[in-house]
Amino acid sequence: MTKSDYEEIMQLLCNRLNSLANSEVTITSETNIISELSIDSIKLLNLIMEIEDTFDISIPINALADVQTVHDLASLISRIKSNQ
Amino acid sequence: MNLLEKLDAAAAARKAMLPEGIGAFGVPIEEVYSATEARIGDRRVLLLGTNNYLGLSFSPKCIQAAHDALDAEGTGTTGSRMANGSYYGHRALEQEFADFYGYCAGIVFTTGYQANLGTISGLVGRGDTVLIDSDSHASIYDGCILSGAEIIRFKHNDIADMGKRLRRLGERTENTLIIVEGIYSMLGDQAPLTEIVNLKNRYNCTLLLDEAHSLGVLGETGQGLVEKTGLQKEVDFITGTFSKSLCSIGGFCVSNHPQLDQLRYISHPYIFTASPSPATIASARAALVLLREGKDLRKQLWLNSTQLYAHLKKTGYKLGPEPGPVIAAVLDSPKQALRIWQGLLENNIYVNLILPPAAPEGKSLIRCSVNAAHTTEQITYVGDTFAKLYQQQILNS
Repeated sequence: MTKSDYEEIMQLLCNRLNSLANSEVTITSETNIISELSIDSIKLLNLIMEIEDTFDISIPINALADVQTVHDLASLISRIKSNQ
Repeated sequence: MNLLEKLDAAAAARKAMLPEGIGAFGVPIEEVYSATEARIGDRRVLLLGTNNYLGLSFSPKCIQAAHDALDAEGTGTTGSRMANGSYYGHRALEQEFADFYGYCAGIVFTTGYQANLGTISGLVGRGDTVLIDSDSHASIYDGCILSGAEIIRFKHNDIADMGKRLRRLGERTENTLIIVEGIYSMLGDQAPLTEIVNLKNRYNCTLLLDEAHSLGVLGETGQGLVEKTGLQKEVDFITGTFSKSLCSIGGFCVSNHPQLDQLRYISHPYIFTASPSPATIASARAALVLLREGKDLRKQLWLNSTQLYAHLKKTGYKLGPEPGPVIAAVLDSPKQALRIWQGLLENNIYVNLILPPAAPEGKSLIRCSVNAAHTTEQITYVGDTFAKLYQQQILNS
């Protein structure tokens, strides 16, 4: 995975999470997706499906258990993408 | 937040959704009169939330069989089959299920939940993949989590999405278990099994079909979706429950792979639990005979189901995509669903209320389960009451 891959993923996540968030939080890599953005699990799973199609990957739902921050999610996506 | 405070927070969230005094979850049933009627509080209500599809819960043959087993073998087995042994009834029912599907092997579990938990966690493990429908029952999700396999979901009944995910798996498809359901419990729709089998064969995967809601309901002899589609030879494993059409408690898995037997030695939900009681096994065996012979019951069930589905659709309710014994009205908000649910109970009709996150995609559902013992008049009354509440709902909104 290159730095630009990760940055591209981060940029996309920040844009999408901004449009879904119920709060006026400035989203950074360390933002906690559930507790700070008040995004419910259903919206999050729909977002995941959208991201999967964007990058043509499948994200196992058990891997999501370890995801807290935007950085965690971006790292997971880049890891899966680079393993394909 | 400590452990107890977390429970308090969950209780507060539940109370915020359900006003005081409304016990929609875990309704106290005071007396049961028949397969279609019971008493809730001081109301004699029509039961449309029981999954009792063939209406066999008061079948004299099943009751007699349970009585006989109680007299002959006592109230319980007091332990697991591995430690305490397998009773004649356990072994007989396993053979009867295998014969019913024309397969070589069958295993009985203590509950339907454990049938999925035990089968899935016995078949796959770390390094394997499970590909499941997003509307899968909790027992499937939990079985997958217990297994340690990688869990990938595809969009509900979406063959294109499923195909895409199989392609992405590459060589791992050989170690992939696809899991689908004959009839989905939330919206009552059926899996597109023919297309799923085509993908399964193309990618060389293994297929498990859960017939929990379709056993007794679909197919000439009631095997389920596998019989309706004639795909017995293509499905690797079938699971199901005794707690719906068979009106007992327990679950099963059947297969044409003799390796199924190995689950008895590796599957914790099979090994570390008390085996089904003699009475539950005996009533399930008696009900299985009635289910196989129950062509007329199925005919009546489908007449009742299509009648109610058509009535609700004509009224204007948003429903699942096809008629069947599970009929779900999809409401825009939990508040609307609660109003309809309360209105039905006030009119002496008991159905299931399903609120987010239990329902798929954040929907709120009023779910009816129709049965073969409902009369045409009862179904008409239910449809008319739904229509009356729909009109009130429109006036109030």
